[in-house]
Amino acid sequence: MREQMLVAIQTSLGDALVESQIKSLDDLWIRVRTDSWRASVKKLRDVHGFDYFCFLSAIDWMPSPYGRGEDDPTEPAPIRDTTIRSGYAGGETRIQVFIRIVNSTTHLGITVKADVADTALVIESLITIFAGANWHEREAHEMFGIDFAGHPDLRNMYLPADFEGHPLRKDFPLLSRMVKPWPGIVDVEPLPASDEPASDEPADDLPTSGNETVSDDAS
Amino acid sequence: MTVLGDRQQLSYIASQAADARLNLELETEGMTLNIGPQHPATHGTLRIIARLDGEQVVWAEPVCGYMHRGYEKLTEVRTFPQVTTLINRIDWLGSFANEVPFILAAEKLMGVEAPPRAQYIRTILFELSRIANISLFLGDLGVQLGAITPVFLAFRDREYVLNLIESATGGRFHPNFDRIGGLKDDLPAGWIDETRAVMKKLRGFCDQIEDLLFGNEIFQSRTRGIGVVPRDVALQYGLSGANLRASGVDWDLRRDQTLPMAWDKADWKVWTHPDGDSFARCWIRLQETREATKIVDQLLGSIPSGPVMAKVPKIIKVPEGEAWVSTENPLGEMGYYVISRGDLGPFRVKIRSASFNNLSITPWLLRGVYVPDIVTILASLYFILGDIDR
Repeated sequence: MREQMLVAIQTSLGDALVESQIKSLDDLWIRVRTDSWRASVKKLRDVHGFDYFCFLSAIDWMPSPYGRGEDDPTEPAPIRDTTIRSGYAGGETRIQVFIRIVNSTTHLGITVKADVADTALVIESLITIFAGANWHEREAHEMFGIDFAGHPDLRNMYLPADFEGHPLRKDFPLLSRMVKPWPGIVDVEPLPASDEPASDEPADDLPTSGNETVSDDAS
Repeated sequence: MTVLGDRQQLSYIASQAADARLNLELETEGMTLNIGPQHPATHGTLRIIARLDGEQVVWAEPVCGYMHRGYEKLTEVRTFPQVTTLINRIDWLGSFANEVPFILAAEKLMGVEAPPRAQYIRTILFELSRIANISLFLGDLGVQLGAITPVFLAFRDREYVLNLIESATGGRFHPNFDRIGGLKDDLPAGWIDETRAVMKKLRGFCDQIEDLLFGNEIFQSRTRGIGVVPRDVALQYGLSGANLRASGVDWDLRRDQTLPMAWDKADWKVWTHPDGDSFARCWIRLQETREATKIVDQLLGSIPSGPVMAKVPKIIKVPEGEAWVSTENPLGEMGYYVISRGDLGPFRVKIRSASFNNLSITPWLLRGVYVPDIVTILASLYFILGDIDR
């Protein structure tokens, strides 16, 4: 079913489709060229019947330079690898926009991604195709700083108008984790040397009672 | 256009000017009405700014953000099992249902499936949180139309369901009971019989509400034909749950997708309504509560024996990949787009909550309605503030 759908999409989108990934009984991902973002989504709606707008959002593929915010603020900050590595259906830029649309008759969904150039974070707005994209684009604008060309009103949804920075970008620090050592650090820090295989008895959670439990597990 | 003579034109201009001056003196320009942030009709802190012309709304816009807690950012600094503590608090009236799609997404990436017993108990608790959530909606509906009795019935009967959830999970509102690979615990002794009795009470509650409210003439005249959402508008705004089915779209994620849950083991019906008005949305929710009690009843009788937890490593690392799982929550489609990098915690989680999409239609829907209908339309769309702002 999804394979046939992908072939049909490949034929109709032509070279606007850059890459695709399929998991046959699970899901379908495609990536389209940035300059044909609007046209491709319109085609998917009109030709392939993806008429249900589920959500629109963005991904910042750069690993956070702050890790998981568990560094001791009194120590010098460790250097972390921030090489950008994209997910399913590939990508060449740090920030990608993606939407989920669903065919309301067959109930099959598709995730459509598009790169947003690092130098100019601009992509066409989908507001004329799916009216519901309005708030989602405002949210993505606020959280990632992406401009949606053609959107009439990119005011902030959540944060005050004079807020600086884009919180969901990976290089935006989570300040509450930065100013003092994270108390939950004992839960997760001392990992066993190697990945344990599945143990005999079912485990119900990460150990929560501190170092002792963790070192018991590791031995 | 007719050509006016000089004299006529002058008198026309003079009359226009006189009108304009009169308007200025009487101040007949529009008025701005502010509703909220603290208002009983908003289930939390939502502010609505409405521009009025007389009694009619010309333009209305909800202002969100009073409840924004930044869960998408917070998930990035937590481990997978810790995330359920956060996402419990998105839709706080149906907390258990929030945990399920996230856990299913993590299980999908890990290639783990919960044992059948856990799947059944998950489905039962999921439906119980739906009943607890929507029974409050049914009671609240009356209050917002000026009827005070239904809300007392709702709070009384919801308590029975919350007690069940509490005795099974330990938490009335935030169970945090779902684990990757199964459940924290098995059901307590005697729970099944108790649940059966409560389901019977809840069906009685539904009948009572139907008699009290849905058959009431005032209720009908306040909701019938008000706030109509046509099918294609509902789809392009991404409405979900009862709001979508009230517009005639026969689509229920419990039935129309395969998930490792037990909904397909029970015999139940998906209700739709062709009208798309406020009444249809409320009526669908009432029917859904009834169906939910039936699902629970049927599943209680056939819970398979066995463990409630699959074999998973003590320290959970989720393999690299992307997964999207959504379920039919009390408020509508709730989904998580989880991206993992093979780490202890997720790389990014996009939370798709039902209320955000359901509320985004209000600027379109409220245009042209009368002021008293604002409240009934908002009530019938049914949103939880934590579910909008996340």
